[in-house]
Amino acid sequence: MVLKVFFPLCCSSADSGILIGRWISEQNSAVILAVVHFPFIPVQVKQYLGEVQRVTKVSVSVLGSWSNSKQKKEESLSEFLEDLGTIFCHEPWIQISKEGDSKFWSCSTLQKHSKNPQEEEIILVYYDQRKVMLSHLHPPLDTAGQGAEDASKLSAIFDTVARSQVLFMTDRYDEGPIKLTHWQSDGVEASIIVELLKQASVPACMLLAFLLSLLSGICRSRVLKFWPLSFLWSKLSTCEQLGHRLQHLQVISSNKKAQNQNQLMRKANIFVSLLVDVALGILLMSWLYRKNRIGHLADTLIPVADHVAEELQDLLQWLMGAPAGLKMNRALDQVLGRFFLYHIHLWISYIHLLSPFIEMILWYVGLSACLGLTVALCILSDIIALLTFHIYCFYVYGARLYCLKIYGLSSLWRLFRGKKWNVLRQRVDSCSYDLDQLFIGTLLFTILLFLLPTTALYYLVFTLLRLLVVIVQGLIHLLVDLIDSLPLYSLILRLCRSYRLAAGVKFRVLEQQDGKPLRLLMQINPLSYGGVVQTYRLPTYSCYPRDSWASLCKKLFLGELIYPWKHKGDKQN
Amino acid sequence: MAEERRFRSASGVPIALRRRQHSASCRELAVRGPRLQLRSLSAATSAVWLAAYGLFAVSENSMVLSAAIFITLIGLIIYLHFVKIDQESLLVIGSLGIQVTSSYASGKESTTFIEMGQVKDVVINEAIHMQKVIYYLCILLRDPEDPQRVSEVVPLFQSSKPRLDCLIEVYKSCQEILEQRKTAPQSS
Repeated sequence: MVLKVFFPLCCSSADSGILIGRWISEQNSAVILAVVHFPFIPVQVKQYLGEVQRVTKVSVSVLGSWSNSKQKKEESLSEFLEDLGTIFCHEPWIQISKEGDSKFWSCSTLQKHSKNPQEEEIILVYYDQRKVMLSHLHPPLDTAGQGAEDASKLSAIFDTVARSQVLFMTDRYDEGPIKLTHWQSDGVEASIIVELLKQASVPACMLLAFLLSLLSGICRSRVLKFWPLSFLWSKLSTCEQLGHRLQHLQVISSNKKAQNQNQLMRKANIFVSLLVDVALGILLMSWLYRKNRIGHLADTLIPVADHVAEELQDLLQWLMGAPAGLKMNRALDQVLGRFFLYHIHLWISYIHLLSPFIEMILWYVGLSACLGLTVALCILSDIIALLTFHIYCFYVYGARLYCLKIYGLSSLWRLFRGKKWNVLRQRVDSCSYDLDQLFIGTLLFTILLFLLPTTALYYLVFTLLRLLVVIVQGLIHLLVDLIDSLPLYSLILRLCRSYRLAAGVKFRVLEQQDGKPLRLLMQINPLSYGGVVQTYRLPTYSCYPRDSWASLCKKLFLGELIYPWKHKGDKQN
Repeated sequence: MAEERRFRSASGVPIALRRRQHSASCRELAVRGPRLQLRSLSAATSAVWLAAYGLFAVSENSMVLSAAIFITLIGLIIYLHFVKIDQESLLVIGSLGIQVTSSYASGKESTTFIEMGQVKDVVINEAIHMQKVIYYLCILLRDPEDPQRVSEVVPLFQSSKPRLDCLIEVYKSCQEILEQRKTAPQSS
């Protein structure tokens, strides 16, 4: 059986002593955590290890001896080290010795109660203790949460080093009975800025939580729940986005400490995302208000709305004539065309009524861009929706008319063939009709059939216009979603400190020498950028697509109204 | 000790297999494909620039030339960094696992390490690729719930696609190390 020894790189130049770490018997591997130097009293060492074991719940024990002889091999030292094996009895007792500056160490084991006396092969794996301690191993996404016995061998090693943090808190300047060498033994690292931020964050979180509770109290008050207002809030995407951000702020300002890595990363991601959002929003606002650009925008808004209405009027005149050479039913054409023209006339009047107030409204609404770029984009999407409200109305009229016609046609077609829709059984049954029923039914069927092209053309034109507006709004929402859900903190961490997010390990074979154990270097294999985004994506409030392409086409053909973008709070119909 | 032998890939391109034995239970097998040829690089660049000059002569817009240079540079960087694989290697460490590395022409290395507990076996399989039937070497991964079932198949040497004679050499080397874990007393 092969024995694997995981040795920290920082202890390569340590003075002679004994090795402490964890022995994993199922994998026949020893994870060395530190070297204890002479002089020491064995009883104190055992006491210290017992304390460490109690605090960290990692079974730390003395695993072997380490001798680093700078000049020549000292015989007495090696005998002394072998005798230590009898004081700290551990099976097997590992002896590693390094001569001078040689790279190739000799490693041997002492087995007193071994059943098979043959020489077992030893593999020496070097690892960077600080990186392994700080890194977080990501299991593959499809096999998440298997039993602890099935846990991979590598996660046991990462776990051991990560949980032994208290062992690394004493450095060589501490006055104590035990002298250790590990990655922090030259001095415990800490950063003043991080400590100050930690102290300042507690009162800041409490203040934020208080303000948020006030705000959510106002939002939940009964005044805002009356019917017209609640309908308005549910339709405006700005309110959805603001509610979403409020939720995020609540997550950040909660005073419960994050339990595990996932929650910590989520909090950090939300914080950085909010910061970047607000920064971009303020940038946008400063650009808009410089040189009074928002005034110019307001000035061009009314002419643009007028232009759109004029284009629609031209379109309707074209439809009322002979569009694309098709011959329409004159009477129906005139009726529908005049009906829609009157609507446009009403719309233009309303817009002109509002025009003195537009600049002021826009100026104040533009101020809310400081809440974030996502809020500004949502406001833009809402303004587009409001300005093209008449197109939405026309689409609804055209779709309802067309839908009625199609249902009428299908029902009369069934009558034509002598069948009927059985509502109880939800199927088509044969039925015997009277002669006058058949006569009237056939007449109506013919009328509806010949009026179909006219209605279908109006429906087609307005559906295309509506789809255009929906696509533009959809693109804006896609951008908002992207900004909302991108885990910026995780991506920056992957860029700067890639060892913190580990997908696995990689081994590099170092120079070998015959007769010496196999030397490998274990490095951290970082998670790919796609993996980072997939693991740490922030959930958003919308999910697309709502309908598959097939059902969308079916709805368009039948004239049912389509709402392509669904929000998570909507009831299913 | 290291030894190198020449073989051919499934499409006839010459490749080289290098075997190194680091210790009794550790072997490294590397398959190296042909390097990027200067003449194919020059041919591609000249074709793009001739087309750009032709467009420039027709349209009299100098943006076409700068766009062509930009496209050539970006295309070359993307090809070297993401497409052209120089060497694929397999490092088998008995009792630890199998490591699969692909080295790209720009120096980037993408590595995957599979632990020995997850490896069920290493086999040679047949597959239909375009109009040919080719052999490929793959690692069978054990299903954690049912040890008899295979949960995943990881194909190896996908870009160099060596022929059966090369694959048999690699297969024999791998099996010698995998057998050692069967003869050793079971501990996990």
